[in-house]
Amino acid sequence: MNPYRRHPFIRVATVLVYLFLYTPIVVLVLYAFNASRTNILFEGFIPSFGPLQTSGSLVTQSPCGPFHWFCELSRNREVGAAARNTLTIAFISTLTSTVIGTMAALALQRYNFRMKPFSQIFLYIPIVIPEIVMGIGILTLFSQLFGVLNSALGLAGDSRLSLGLGTVIVSHIAFSVPFVTLVVQARLQGFDKSYEEAAMDLGANELVTFWRVTFPMILPGVLSGALLAFTLSLDDFVITFFTTGPGATTLPIYVYGLLRRIITPQVNALSTIWIAIVLTAVILLQRLQNREA
Amino acid sequence: MRSEFAVELRDVVKQFVTPEGNLLNAVDHVTMQIKNGEFFSMLGSSGCGKTTSLRMIAGFEWPTAGEVYIEGKPMGHTPPFQRKVNTVFQNYALFQHMTVYQNVAFGLEMEGADKSEIEKRVKRALEMVQLTGMERRKPRQLSGGQQQRVAVARALVKLPDVLLLDEPLGALDLKLRKEMQLELKALQKEVGITFIYVTHDQEEALTMSDRIAVMSKGKVMQMGTPVEIYERPANKFVADFIGESNFLDGKIKSISADEASVFVPALNAELSGVPMSKDLVNGEEVVISIRPEKIRIVEYDDGKEGIFRAKIINSIYIGSDTHVYLDCNGVRLKVMEQNRISRLDPFSFYHKDQQVGVYLMPENTLVLKKEA
Repeated sequence: MNPYRRHPFIRVATVLVYLFLYTPIVVLVLYAFNASRTNILFEGFIPSFGPLQTSGSLVTQSPCGPFHWFCELSRNREVGAAARNTLTIAFISTLTSTVIGTMAALALQRYNFRMKPFSQIFLYIPIVIPEIVMGIGILTLFSQLFGVLNSALGLAGDSRLSLGLGTVIVSHIAFSVPFVTLVVQARLQGFDKSYEEAAMDLGANELVTFWRVTFPMILPGVLSGALLAFTLSLDDFVITFFTTGPGATTLPIYVYGLLRRIITPQVNALSTIWIAIVLTAVILLQRLQNREA
Repeated sequence: MRSEFAVELRDVVKQFVTPEGNLLNAVDHVTMQIKNGEFFSMLGSSGCGKTTSLRMIAGFEWPTAGEVYIEGKPMGHTPPFQRKVNTVFQNYALFQHMTVYQNVAFGLEMEGADKSEIEKRVKRALEMVQLTGMERRKPRQLSGGQQQRVAVARALVKLPDVLLLDEPLGALDLKLRKEMQLELKALQKEVGITFIYVTHDQEEALTMSDRIAVMSKGKVMQMGTPVEIYERPANKFVADFIGESNFLDGKIKSISADEASVFVPALNAELSGVPMSKDLVNGEEVVISIRPEKIRIVEYDDGKEGIFRAKIINSIYIGSDTHVYLDCNGVRLKVMEQNRISRLDPFSFYHKDQQVGVYLMPENTLVLKKEA
């Protein structure tokens, strides 16, 4: 008898786990198409296309039909600004943290130095400490630093240094670097230095060796590190909450703000789009890892 | 003008720090002169310093002391990409993201050769290693032997002064390895480039090399042609490491030009006319080395010069040869006999405790310094 025969319970457990994980998401997406403005109960889809018609709290007809809330969302200036901020922050912090993280991973793999074990441990700490601690820490740092700088440089009014897009980007870079470093480092485990030696042996200097040999070979690792940094930045609420300022509202912060007022199906529409983007990123990441394996 | 020596190591030392924090001379005052056009091997077990020596010639490591000369020029801290030597790596180190063509063309691109020139030379190099038609494959789509050939082509296409090979056949199976040994040797004759070959396989070194440096613990134990190294090992280490040897203790009774008479207590006899190295003196305690294939088993005939009484301990049939272990006055001797006659029961001739005679020809033995 095969000792690894699948017990029927395994199937049941699997289904339960997936139900538990995905029911909230399915409900969330479903409510993005809710005809009800208050979004407390699901009152069915908006049935027809045409000029906007409402009856009580129900939308009965919309130019966009069931996609009414997505259309409303696209006309929402605040959402547009928040999305722009979020993407700006994500792109800049991903690019920067990927460069720094890759360099760190290469250095940790290549050189032996006295502080190496400490460098390695200190990389893990930002990953394991609660985000709220990081957030408060960064906020304290910025406010102290800006206080000193503002008075030292005699800045006043609008020219004063304050929390905003810049501080959010810096903090996102800070929490992304360890993740990128660890992902790239894992990929470097199998990278033999003889490839680089071979390139130099054939006449390539250090720079050419890096761009023609090292970088193409570690690229899948670098890309998965970058995608991880990107999704982390898109998602981040806690640290952003502490470091953001006027004009630097990101999508998670905006949604949180909306929830405190009313729960409109716009929030669900926004979340649906968001899930779609993150899902695409995750699938891409998976593909990359499979191709490399 | 070309220097007489393609590569020269002068009193080279390479020191490493062990994980325990001790200093270790991986290469310990090594001096070697490798002539132009020579097939030179560095032979030794792992940790003997052969690969480190090769890496210092390539420029991947710098000597702690001493100097490496290539074509008469001191290399100092010249980086690998400015040395006219190329390396075939043990794991081949083929660029996985490039095709065979791109791999071989890489070195020429770095020289700034133009496209048609590159095309021509890559084609020639691939012809030379019989890989025509494989240009567009990726390394992982090739067999081990083919990858090895790409590695050779990639290095040779640069027409280096010296080709360095670091155990290039180590990953191949025995049969393919033997084929590649002959192929590499033929290739070296054809291109006339100096090859420096690192291996731990003595048969490989003997098969391919013009000269061999036998290394141990960072030092060169002997340098010479395959015949010199096998027939006239300079010391007990080489005699033991290359092939096999029986060792008997003895004492020098008298010395002439390059021969000695040695008294061997185990045999209770004096062997005269035994070849010896120069640094031995009269009365010195020495070791006599005898190769197993140079001892003959005969019928014991009392009183006949050079024949000693012995008893068979064990006889092992290994196909081409039979290995016979004998007890000669308490000394264990190994004898190798070729199975030149086809017979179904190779053990029929010898049986345990059989009394035989062993014939030791003095000219087939060698006197070596006794080592502490």
